Amino acid sequence: MLQINNLNKKYDELLVLEDINLEIADSEFICLLGPSGCGKTTLLRIVAGLEQATTGSITLNNQTVTSTNTCIGMVFQEYALFPWRNILDNAIFGLEMKGVDKETARTKTRKYLRPLGLEQFEKSYPHELSGGMKQRVAILRALLIKPEVLLMDEPFGALDAQTRNQLQTELLKIWNKDKKTVLFVTHSVDEAVYLADRVIIFSNRPGKIRKMIEINLPRPRDRTSMEVNKIRNKVLKALGAEQETHDQNKTNTNQ
Amino acid sequence: MPHGRLLRLISFAGAIIIWEIAASVINNTLFLPRFTEVIQTFYSVVASGDLLRDLFESLMHFGIGLGLGIIIAIPIGMMMGWSRTADNIIDPLVELVRPIPPIAWIPFAIMWLHLTHYTAGFIVFIGVVFPILINTYAGFKDTPHILIESARVLGCRTDRDLIKKVALPYALPSIATGVRIAMGVGWMCVVAAELFGVSNHGLGYKIWWYKDLHQMDGVLTYMLILGLVSLTIDQIFRQIIDEKLLKWKTGLVRSK
Repeated sequence: MLQINNLNKKYDELLVLEDINLEIADSEFICLLGPSGCGKTTLLRIVAGLEQATTGSITLNNQTVTSTNTCIGMVFQEYALFPWRNILDNAIFGLEMKGVDKETARTKTRKYLRPLGLEQFEKSYPHELSGGMKQRVAILRALLIKPEVLLMDEPFGALDAQTRNQLQTELLKIWNKDKKTVLFVTHSVDEAVYLADRVIIFSNRPGKIRKMIEINLPRPRDRTSMEVNKIRNKVLKALGAEQETHDQNKTNTNQ
Repeated sequence: MPHGRLLRLISFAGAIIIWEIAASVINNTLFLPRFTEVIQTFYSVVASGDLLRDLFESLMHFGIGLGLGIIIAIPIGMMMGWSRTADNIIDPLVELVRPIPPIAWIPFAIMWLHLTHYTAGFIVFIGVVFPILINTYAGFKDTPHILIESARVLGCRTDRDLIKKVALPYALPSIATGVRIAMGVGWMCVVAAELFGVSNHGLGYKIWWYKDLHQMDGVLTYMLILGLVSLTIDQIFRQIIDEKLLKWKTGLVRSK
């Protein structure tokens, strides 16, 4: 279980996250949704151990998370593949760091390339691949170290709609198989409703948890079905209220 | 023969013909030796074995300086690029010494090391150390933060690992560029240092020697040899670097 307890984050005097409390069950799929600048990425980075909370703590199975560790994997929007390594060697990076011999790691990893459609590309370099393929490699790379929690920071944000849908489906397939806990930051309501067990809606800065919406629909979900639509409206409404206060604040400060 | 290569050949041959005609018209070998004279001199220095000896000594001066420069500049550049503290400590010293032209070091080099190969090596070293250092530094400093973070979440945590697995491979193209620039500067320094008689052989030394003999064909021969050697070294270096180390750089992989 992943727990976020009374977490606050300040940059100098600027409060970006306020009093975040969150309990995430094992293999739960969580989407974090909120206006830009609300601190959801910061929260993810704190969970990853890339940044420190100002106060409060993160615990994973009752152990406090203080720095990066291999129980927690992360996928970035910018893919963050190593440009000097080919696809296969990018994927094995985490195994290599665990001390697995390179050849063994390569052999072990090759079999995962095929279902992702990356088989012929193992010797290609990242700049030769499309965004969707790069992100597939990044996800594989993150999963190969067998983390308990997978953090995803707008992983499909830079992809075209079709690739995006495709990757969402693939991600669910993978998640279905080994049921990791997933924390997924997104801007897209559709994406959140399609993927999540629970959508967490953040307020404007300082980011607070405004609302949580559980989604108990079976997967794969039909993006156009009535039920999905209903939940989408619910999420949009919660988000819309947030957007309005955001705009109001803006006009207030402008005056 | 491809069109491009033919044009290059015509351009090259044209230049030689114009040179030969101009020299014939001027008819003063001190002012401009003829191409044919230069070729004859070239044959004689090759035949006498002089060229080999000169080449060997110059390459030795070059090698001492470049080798030392690489050994010293890369670690310092890495430290400065990686750690702000190291940057703050070393940078002012570097910026103080860097603008001094390498040739200005010759008097001290001679005082310290006398008229030896090491003096020439030292001047070359002064010439090469800064381009390598600055480019290593820039490469390290440019390492995208996201790559460091992505390595950290994958279990690469110590500074040593992050440098070895992320910053160094990322900076390699930049370091290679630094070495390439340095080799150009270093070669200039070879000639300058040898003018001061650190040895009785060497490509640079011979230029001065032939000048004193008023044999300008010899001077020109050695000038051309200097150019050719420098070009060859650069080409070899590029081949090795481009094909072995930097094939991940955009455009290089598929074009071959």
